Amino acid sequence: MSRVAEFLLRRRGGASWHWTDIFTWAWLIGGVIMMFGPAIWLVGSSFKSPAALAEFPPTILPYVTAEAMVEGHDKPLPLYRVTGEDGETRVLAQLRRVGIVAQMIDPQAPGEIVKVNIAERTPVREISFATENYTEPFLHFDFLLYLRNSVFVTLMATLITLVTNSMAAFALSKYQFRGRSFVMLLILATLMVPLSVILVPLYSIISAMGLFNSLWGVILPTVATPTGVFLLRQYMLTIPDELIDAARMDRASEWQIYWRIVLPLTAPALAVLAIFSVVWRWNDFLWPLIVLSRKELYTLQVGLNTYAGELNVQWHYILAMTVVTMLPVVLVFVFLQRFITTGIAGTGLK
Amino acid sequence: MGRITLDHIAKAYGSVEVLNDINLKIDDGELVVFVGPSGCGKSTLLRLIAGLDQPTAGDIRIDGAIVNRVPAADRGLAMVFQSYALYPHMTVRRNMAFGLENSHMPRKEIEARITEAARMLEIEAYLDRRPGQLSGGQRQRVAIGRAIVRNPTAFLLDEPLSNLDAELRVTMRAELASLHARLKTTMIYVTHDQVEAMTLADRIVVLRGGRIEQVDTPLNLFNKPENLFVAGFIGAPNMNFFPGQVEETLPDGLSVSFLDGQKTPVKAATNSGAAMGAVTLGVRPQHLHLAQDGEPQIPVQVRLVEALGAETVVHATASGGERVLAVLPGQPAIAKGDRIALSYRRDLLHAFDGDGMRLAGN
Repeated sequence: MSRVAEFLLRRRGGASWHWTDIFTWAWLIGGVIMMFGPAIWLVGSSFKSPAALAEFPPTILPYVTAEAMVEGHDKPLPLYRVTGEDGETRVLAQLRRVGIVAQMIDPQAPGEIVKVNIAERTPVREISFATENYTEPFLHFDFLLYLRNSVFVTLMATLITLVTNSMAAFALSKYQFRGRSFVMLLILATLMVPLSVILVPLYSIISAMGLFNSLWGVILPTVATPTGVFLLRQYMLTIPDELIDAARMDRASEWQIYWRIVLPLTAPALAVLAIFSVVWRWNDFLWPLIVLSRKELYTLQVGLNTYAGELNVQWHYILAMTVVTMLPVVLVFVFLQRFITTGIAGTGLK
Repeated sequence: MGRITLDHIAKAYGSVEVLNDINLKIDDGELVVFVGPSGCGKSTLLRLIAGLDQPTAGDIRIDGAIVNRVPAADRGLAMVFQSYALYPHMTVRRNMAFGLENSHMPRKEIEARITEAARMLEIEAYLDRRPGQLSGGQRQRVAIGRAIVRNPTAFLLDEPLSNLDAELRVTMRAELASLHARLKTTMIYVTHDQVEAMTLADRIVVLRGGRIEQVDTPLNLFNKPENLFVAGFIGAPNMNFFPGQVEETLPDGLSVSFLDGQKTPVKAATNSGAAMGAVTLGVRPQHLHLAQDGEPQIPVQVRLVEALGAETVVHATASGGERVLAVLPGQPAIAKGDRIALSYRRDLLHAFDGDGMRLAGN
């Protein structure tokens, strides 16, 4: 504990707290809360029952009112802590409530009904995890089907992204041709066009190609990413041209130069792009929602949306399934973060 | 066979002319060194021969056949790069096998060639290592090995020793020389280091500003430089140059005065004499010695003495302010500030006309 305190209260040296110490501390702690707060709230809330979700003020942990079975009653009754006129505190079960008076009984002596002003009782709270939020969707929701679609889209899109982007990057970094920088500029310019702007034309193209309601319609428009081309090109620029000359002298075809020399040497940047691509495609919502209208083709993100009905939003399921869909992305980051930082540093991108 | 002929080669990048009217014949088995200051176009010329660049004009012939349109891969040449250009993700063995695999050679033959080359270069122990795990000298050997296994018609070497430290460079230089003696394959070697050029070359090609200044054997370049540039470039330390004036025409040459009244006869074609007013005389620092009685004397004041043990380099100033450099044998007792007299042998003087060209006959 003392080591944790020491870590948290570490200063930059000197006897007292400098204002920069306080500023840094507030900034970093604020950052931690900003970044982890929503995630923690999400995980905590995913274990709440619908009633607990609707409660105000909200809590981080899933609390429910304790209940007990009382003789002579079929359903469990909620328990309340009641402070009597004599100052004694008793735990009573509430039978019913009429106006501001609650009719309560003692679970130990169920015969006698006690009338209590509702201001004088507080519910007995206990932590309870509503694991059915997780199990129910697996049983009644096509989770596995959606998962399969999501995995297919993510893997195929990432694979094609890596191949096409690296080819473009190879040409743009290692061949001298007229208009090379113009092409590069054009590709970078598309970075500035958001999806919502090209949604309609993209939709008509996909529709005209007969890819509407097909997973390929989700995959193909996303594979050419300007970010990927730019990232790989910057990395390939660092591969010395002499290596490529050497390969040419070694009778390697242009394809072999790309496949056997340049691609293996670009591995760190490819890893970064692969991670990005997995995260992007896994989290895609808008485009799959537009292209896919048949339920059996839904990806996870679109599938989740079915819980948000017109009249009734099943928040507890949405939150639980959001946690599940987040897991692969979180795992990717946990295990590959070293790759990401070194890879991004290597490409000169920030 | 490895006969390479360059015929009126020119290369320009846009409006920048890098090479201009290069004509050269390289015989089979010859080791030719391209030497020149940086930016003179020597590496570009090598890349043209290799096929990595295309000339803007002129023809390149290998064994008589024009190869201008033949891609680098099919010219049968092998190149060793300045940075070695080993494939970092492949082992030494795979590095050497890469070129052979691309020409679909049988596995057995590839293995045999690699074993042979590895034995010759003493790199058998590193065959399964990656280039990153090798020292500079070892990488250099692998790069040469990768060229050797190809069994090329000619080797092209682009400043292969410039990334090595001084000591290793001397050993590798000797090894390259013995390798050439053993393989007897044509080699074209690019360097800016004239010691490498002098020690390795059968013939040296001196380039400047995209033009060939002189092509000759190392000793001929040293003894009979064709112009001021070659005279100044070849030989270390650099040749001393003194401006001179033609005084009169002699039966077999000219009489030239230089350095405050020094007079010396210079052999030249007699018909050219009258037209020439100004000439430049050159004498190598090694060809200056302390003057004895009866010899022509150049009085100088010593500015700096560099005693190297076997020889002593004297930096001095002549009476007219001209800088004079002399390399004297042994350890003469000379100190900074001394006034000494240097002398020269008339037959070791070089004379150049007003355009910087060597005067005939000298």
